[in-house]
Amino acid sequence: MNTAEKERNKRLREVKKENARRYRALKKEKKRKIPESEYLTRMKDPDNILEIDNLHTFFYTDVGTVRAIDGVTFEVPRGKTVGIVGESGCGKSVTSLSVMRILQEPQGQITGGEIRFNQRKENRAINLVKTPQKVMEKVRGGEISMIFQEPMTTLNPVFTIGRQLDEAVELHSEKMSKKEVAEHSISMLKLVGIANAEGVYKMYPHELSGGMRQRVVIAMALACSPDLIIADEPTTALDVTIQAQILDLLRDLKNKINASIMLITHDLGVVAEMADYVVVMYAGRVVEQGTVQDIFHNPTHPYTLGLMKSRPNILGGEGDRLYSIPGNVPNPVDLPNYCYFHNRCDQCIAECDGPFPEMVALSKTHKVACYRAAKKEVQE
Amino acid sequence: MKQYIIRRVLISLVVLLGVSIMLYTLVRSMPSDYVDLSTSANVKMTDEMRAHLREIYGLDKGIVEGYIDWLTSALRLDLGQSLIFNAPVTDVIGRYAGVTFTVAAIALVLQLLIAIPLGILAARKQYSATDYIITGLVFLGLSLPTFFFAAVLKRIFGYYGLDLLPISGMLTARVTYPDHMTWAKFLDYAQHLILPITVFVITGLGSMLRYTRTNMLEVLNADYIRTARAKGVPEHRVIYSHAFRNTLIPIVTLLGASLPGLFSGAAISESLFAIEGLGNIGLKAANMGDVPYLMGYNMLLAFLTIVGYLLSDILYAVVDPRVRLS
Amino acid sequence: MSEEIKNNPSAQPDKMETLEENQLFMTPGQIVARQFFRNKLAVFGLVVLIFMALFCFVGPLFSPYGETEIFYLNPETGEEIYMSDSSAIASAILNAKAKPSLAHPLGTNESGHDVLTRLMYGGRISLMVGFVVVIVEMLLGVTMGGIAGYYGGKVDMVIMRLVEMFVSIPFIPLMLIISSLLISLKVSPQDKIYYTMFIMGIIYWAGVARMVRGQILSLREMEYMQAAEATGIRTSRKIFRHLVPNVMPVIIVMATMDLGGVILMESTMSFLGIGVGMPYASWGNMVQSVNDNVIMRNFMNIWVPPGLCILLVVLAFNFVGDGLRDAFDPKMKR
Repeated sequence: MNTAEKERNKRLREVKKENARRYRALKKEKKRKIPESEYLTRMKDPDNILEIDNLHTFFYTDVGTVRAIDGVTFEVPRGKTVGIVGESGCGKSVTSLSVMRILQEPQGQITGGEIRFNQRKENRAINLVKTPQKVMEKVRGGEISMIFQEPMTTLNPVFTIGRQLDEAVELHSEKMSKKEVAEHSISMLKLVGIANAEGVYKMYPHELSGGMRQRVVIAMALACSPDLIIADEPTTALDVTIQAQILDLLRDLKNKINASIMLITHDLGVVAEMADYVVVMYAGRVVEQGTVQDIFHNPTHPYTLGLMKSRPNILGGEGDRLYSIPGNVPNPVDLPNYCYFHNRCDQCIAECDGPFPEMVALSKTHKVACYRAAKKEVQE
Repeated sequence: MKQYIIRRVLISLVVLLGVSIMLYTLVRSMPSDYVDLSTSANVKMTDEMRAHLREIYGLDKGIVEGYIDWLTSALRLDLGQSLIFNAPVTDVIGRYAGVTFTVAAIALVLQLLIAIPLGILAARKQYSATDYIITGLVFLGLSLPTFFFAAVLKRIFGYYGLDLLPISGMLTARVTYPDHMTWAKFLDYAQHLILPITVFVITGLGSMLRYTRTNMLEVLNADYIRTARAKGVPEHRVIYSHAFRNTLIPIVTLLGASLPGLFSGAAISESLFAIEGLGNIGLKAANMGDVPYLMGYNMLLAFLTIVGYLLSDILYAVVDPRVRLS
Repeated sequence: MSEEIKNNPSAQPDKMETLEENQLFMTPGQIVARQFFRNKLAVFGLVVLIFMALFCFVGPLFSPYGETEIFYLNPETGEEIYMSDSSAIASAILNAKAKPSLAHPLGTNESGHDVLTRLMYGGRISLMVGFVVVIVEMLLGVTMGGIAGYYGGKVDMVIMRLVEMFVSIPFIPLMLIISSLLISLKVSPQDKIYYTMFIMGIIYWAGVARMVRGQILSLREMEYMQAAEATGIRTSRKIFRHLVPNVMPVIIVMATMDLGGVILMESTMSFLGIGVGMPYASWGNMVQSVNDNVIMRNFMNIWVPPGLCILLVVLAFNFVGDGLRDAFDPKMKR
């Protein structure tokens, strides 16, 4: 065994020890009874439904700590749609799982920051990071609901559609009778545009097509009129014609129940069509955020620019080849403290060798984490 | 569904036929006249019985013809005379099957009641101390030689040890009970069965528990479990309703497959605890060279195995809505 | 790709390397090893197996006695007499059921054999039977299962019916028939061991074949396999580069677990008197002494050690097999 290998083994052992310590700490924390005062909080802006503030979510794996989310800050205003964009592995989905508090434990843990949620129904705000699981159960499905990526596997194969819908309804409205619950479920199925709602109510998931299942999933997510819908790539697994239908449906329903949507996607077209605000993430950090206009008309971060350029454009005839950003997203294990996009960036300046850039406000809504953009801003 | 079952039954018949050919060939592959060899020591045998046996086994004919003869009498449920009981094999099996079945059925129910909750617990607390302890116990059960475990239990709890429990037979020999079941008689039965059933349960528990744990782990990682959590389903309900219902599918299959085990797994423990059941008699038959009984016993078990497979296929379709038998 | 790099003169590929260089990585072998050694039960199993192998195969070299050596006592002096000493034997009595002593750490059994020595030789037989049977069943099972799974259709149909026939015959009752046949054929005890190994291998292949076939079928359904097929690679390459490496872990795990199972079965058969018979030692037939109530009660040194040995070895094989399964399964990673 050479020295490099020895060194590596030593570090692997250290990682193992550290992980064991983290797992134990989590287990202890879970046993503790958390008083209400600890998770009650106040919204910065009462118009927001959700405020994510300096969130850190780490995965303690065999090869070291993966900083899946490393200081993410953004908010979701009431009734608006916020699109979160980024390549796969940039921490989009982990953000949503952190909000729902359904990370894979004990490896995945929220280690810092706040997720403030405006509980309109209770007229208070809570910090979801500290909220005990018992309270979270009420929040999940009732006030925040989630639509997942894979409609083929997100429904339980051994229960009928009706039973799964009924369950979602029952859990968050105790006063309804069995019959009322069933009626509500069927009306939800009708709402999402399923023609044969009574029939589908009695069917099993495998009897439905992918598009139909996704409609069921949406019906389930909307069943309790949540304030926030987290849609994690809701149309990725569907074919293009169905995609448009589902997105239209989602938008209409959102307006109907006046909910906010946190839309996670890698498809800029979907974002342009659906979102009011956009958050661009890269390797667990927000690199640029702003309104749709800010991002699409004035993209500033080189990464955002790259994303824009790599969109297929039917009308533009610049060239046959699609642009692709060179290189890959770095694996977010023990990343050094400097701009992670550095090595893929074609516009580096001298400052870029410094620590990870701070967020700079370009306008009231538009912020970016880039030295070049900051310098330009100062000059102007 | 109906068509599928018919097809399966037909295939099963072919398999059963194959088994009978294999068993018959085994008996016939002897170099000399088997009936003489195995019955020479048996004083109860008359020439007439020997002739009947030869007839049934077709020893006086060629192997193919002989097999056809054996098959036709077997189809008429004539499996010949048991040499040690001097009675038709079917009667002997009928007489002793009840005991074997009762003991095994009680053990099976206990196994299920212990294995499923513990398997779920181990899966929920994967890699915890609880999981390690349960897994350790599982492997202990899987690795314990039945005969050794039975001997140890007899030594500890029996007459030569703590003298708490009877170690052989079904009823205390010194006491005479009326023919019908009384409370005292029932208690005596129960006392005699504690040790054998313990052996059964512990040695049979492992695979079922392991199976439950593995399947539960797989199900717990499924997307629909995440969906259930996202819906706000309380954790215990996620486990015992959403996940369990899915784990049930393979467990039910296992249940069908354990049907033959109800009759066969018992040979050793039955003989060790001197319980008069099919397995114990099978052992005696082997020592006395009672091939007619052994053939009949094996055919019965093969039959039950095939019925068990068929049953688990059908049960599978019942619990899993995705399965459309075709 | 090169074009793009040219277009981005300031992109720094060497910087990328410094990013990755800083990171820890594990080789596939290291991952399997890490997963395996994380499982404490598996490590325990491995240690037990190594110890047992040494005990059974190296141990006899240090034992002054032979497997079938019988010890006698001089009735007057109480002095021990070896079997080879034919002149002294005439007037001697059997040194049976001797209490544990320095000369016989585990005492002697009812026939005057040294228990510790027989424990070593018995373990040899048990381990050997285990390995031979598993090799036979694996050769047969992997070939048949592979053929059935790879070619499918009629071949599969025939092989699977054959498998079902073998699986439908319960093992112990079948061995009872075979044993009663072997008795009437007057097969010598030594040959009986070989018969037993051979027969067990032949009966056990069916389970292996079924598992291998299932694996291959599910592999063929996998997208990467279809992708490999679409590139039009040679059949041999398909089998050896894509199928075999994917089935291998399952085969290794199954073989390990089966080693335990076979040893358990062999000892059960030997206990029942239908496996390895006297004068040869096997852990199973050593426990047989327990049928004598006096031995059960007073001479636990005769029947408890072989029983514990079976338990330990089978347990160890199961632990190792289970550890390997978890280690090979990327889904079990944490």
